[in-house]
Amino acid sequence: MVAAVEIANVSKAYGDVQVLVDASLVVEDKTTLGLIGPSGAGKSTLLRCINHLETIDSGTIKVHGEAVGYRREGDRLFELGHREIARRRADIGMVFQVFNLFPHMTAIENVMSGPVHVKGMDKGEAKAMAMEHLRAVALENRADFYPSELSGGQQQRVGIARALAMDPKVMLLDEPTSSLDPELVGEVLDTMIELSGRGITMMVVTHEIGFARSSCDAVAIMVEGRIIEHGPPGEVLVNPKEERSRAFLRRVLG
Amino acid sequence: MSPTGPRDPDAQSQELLGSESRVPVVTEPRRYGRWASAAGVLLLFFLIVQPIYANPLIDHSVIGEYLFHPVILGGVWVTITIATSAMALGTVLGVTLGLMATSSNPVLTVVNRAYVAFFRAVPLLVQILVWGNLSLFFPRLALAIPFTSITLFSLDTNDVMTTFVAGALGLGLHQAAYMSENVRAGLMSVDRGQREAALSMGMQRRQVTSHVVLPQAMRVIIPPAGNEFISLLKASSLVFVIAGGDLLTKAQNIAATNLRVIELLTVASIWYLAMVAVATAGQRLVERRFSRGYRRDHSSESPIGLILGKVRAW
Repeated sequence: MVAAVEIANVSKAYGDVQVLVDASLVVEDKTTLGLIGPSGAGKSTLLRCINHLETIDSGTIKVHGEAVGYRREGDRLFELGHREIARRRADIGMVFQVFNLFPHMTAIENVMSGPVHVKGMDKGEAKAMAMEHLRAVALENRADFYPSELSGGQQQRVGIARALAMDPKVMLLDEPTSSLDPELVGEVLDTMIELSGRGITMMVVTHEIGFARSSCDAVAIMVEGRIIEHGPPGEVLVNPKEERSRAFLRRVLG
Repeated sequence: MSPTGPRDPDAQSQELLGSESRVPVVTEPRRYGRWASAAGVLLLFFLIVQPIYANPLIDHSVIGEYLFHPVILGGVWVTITIATSAMALGTVLGVTLGLMATSSNPVLTVVNRAYVAFFRAVPLLVQILVWGNLSLFFPRLALAIPFTSITLFSLDTNDVMTTFVAGALGLGLHQAAYMSENVRAGLMSVDRGQREAALSMGMQRRQVTSHVVLPQAMRVIIPPAGNEFISLLKASSLVFVIAGGDLLTKAQNIAATNLRVIELLTVASIWYLAMVAVATAGQRLVERRFSRGYRRDHSSESPIGLILGKVRAW
């Protein structure tokens, strides 16, 4: 079976700074992978490369067997046209650290925007479907609220509903709880755990080690642009192979 | 009644006099200085306006006579149409130029910079004069295919470049330079994450601009654009120099025959005031339309309403 996400030997540099070094990682279909590691390790960059919000210098990234931003001719990669990239991005949902909801649209309009503009779905149909997605994140009674009228946790749940409305093959979550007040982290984590239970493929960059341990099928640790550890949470978090992993875990677990 | 619930303020101040144990309530102080400065300004206003009004050399009946004169009304119509055509041209061209400014194509960016540099630098009056006198150096306007002898059309410049077209073109091209800077500022004000969120959903770049970026940029673009329309409405009086047939041209023409210069300038001013008032109201409506989703602030409350409210409360 084809993996949901297959990252092979990906490298990327910003000028002289090497942010991704020969990174390889596989996310199996219908599983949740937690990507952890110290700040500046390149976790978010790797995630953003998957839907081509960032370009790469070398390597391959495939989602369900299909390369997202490039086509390969021999040993060379050529960037695809932006229409083709947009088509492939529609299958990849993304949730951002700072939500990035559209402030001029209500919650339900945010959720409808993808199906209506990208899939050309009829507005009535999209609205009914968007309402279902809001209900799934327990926000059906906030449908007509603007993002500025919602709490951070509610905004992030709308962000998750918006990504799910495109019925993506993979969900990428970039530190989804990092900009929330501590008492609001729980409601977003609960939503993520629920998605994981529904068999939605997710790749989550997170600092919530508890979530990684209890709700992820696999955990990867990234340090200085390299994936240095990858396996079931029981192994990676309890018995890491590398000294750098142990140092990182000691710091976050105290 | 609960001691913490809302209560009648008068009853409350009575209670406050009686007992220190009650919950104290903030009461607005009487600001005598404000009343004094307001009275001073009104007096000054009277001292300036009264001598003008009482001046025997100004014949007020002439103002009334010409205010709704058909020639003046025709001029008002020309002013409105020139200003709106120029604004339409300036907006379409300005948005295009603004999008060019934020383009990743360096040639488009340079063209934008050059356009803005040129049309913002040459005085508007000069630009209007150039368009009005175009036939002096381009007697015919023709569209031909280069390096061949095929001519698609050829027209007498004076037939095309009427004073109306010259005026609207001069004002519109100048306006586009300013509008382009507005649009650029508006586009830059939209967070990068907005574009990324829209792209990540699979929107095409054109959709990202029209559904996500521009509607948010409009909130920043509209207030200065409204200002510029008002300024354009008045600047349209410059077409007077090419006998543009606008309000000021008409008023001056009448004044040239009856020598009632101040009276006709007053007629023109009253009409400019009225047009600007309507444009201002329109600006408020559009601003409200594009501020949806943002917290309402009270800066748009009318000062007259504030004053009446204060007087009534007193």
